[in-house]
Amino acid sequence: MVMLHTVNKSPFERRTLDTALRHAVKGAGILLIEDGVYAAFDGTVVAEKVKAAMADHKIYVLGPDVAARGMSEQNVIDGVQVVDYGGFVDLVTEYDKVQSWL
Amino acid sequence: MKLSILVNEGPYQHQSADSAIQFTKAALARGHEIFRVFFYHDGVNNGTRFAVPPQDDRNITAQWTALAEEHNLDLVVCIAAAQRRGILDENEAKRQGKDGNNIAPGFRISGLGQLIEAGIQSDRLVIFGD
Repeated sequence: MVMLHTVNKSPFERRTLDTALRHAVKGAGILLIEDGVYAAFDGTVVAEKVKAAMADHKIYVLGPDVAARGMSEQNVIDGVQVVDYGGFVDLVTEYDKVQSWL
Repeated sequence: MKLSILVNEGPYQHQSADSAIQFTKAALARGHEIFRVFFYHDGVNNGTRFAVPPQDDRNITAQWTALAEEHNLDLVVCIAAAQRRGILDENEAKRQGKDGNNIAPGFRISGLGQLIEAGIQSDRLVIFGD
């Protein structure tokens, strides 16, 4: 069973990204939404952790939430896939279950 | 696919109430069925018709009402959470001896069993909250 984990808090505010990564099995997807999108940017203190996690997980970030924060998709870590809300819906249906880390 | 949505956050708190409605719109646009949207905890505050946000701001409750009318959505507000927060329909207002009700069109008040049923009947339950 492959699960999609959504993380909606900034890694600079809460530990939910760490918790999600600790529980996610190999092959699980991680979708960063709302303030969670801050984990997707390169050059931050959590960027290396996210890059390391990409060995075992596909990582996605919600594009509209990146734009809503005045951030550019060009700053998103290479290999992190940017999706829109339609893509969010597709991920929910493609993975077997959804776990929202709040 | 059959999806249900759980909203645990009130409007204008952080972003989850907005995320939930955006996701629901996108799912409907993709042709999926929304079995139910359940409002729990502070999420019940999405269901009052007495909120008057500034005209240049989005009206989240009105968006849900419009979406429910267009797509025949089942918007269910948890009764225990609603009573704590002063969200009442006509029956509840009468039963509790209150002088009015404020439930928004398209919403209905019911119990947690509706959430359990949504979890059982749907292929996916997607949770939005704080």
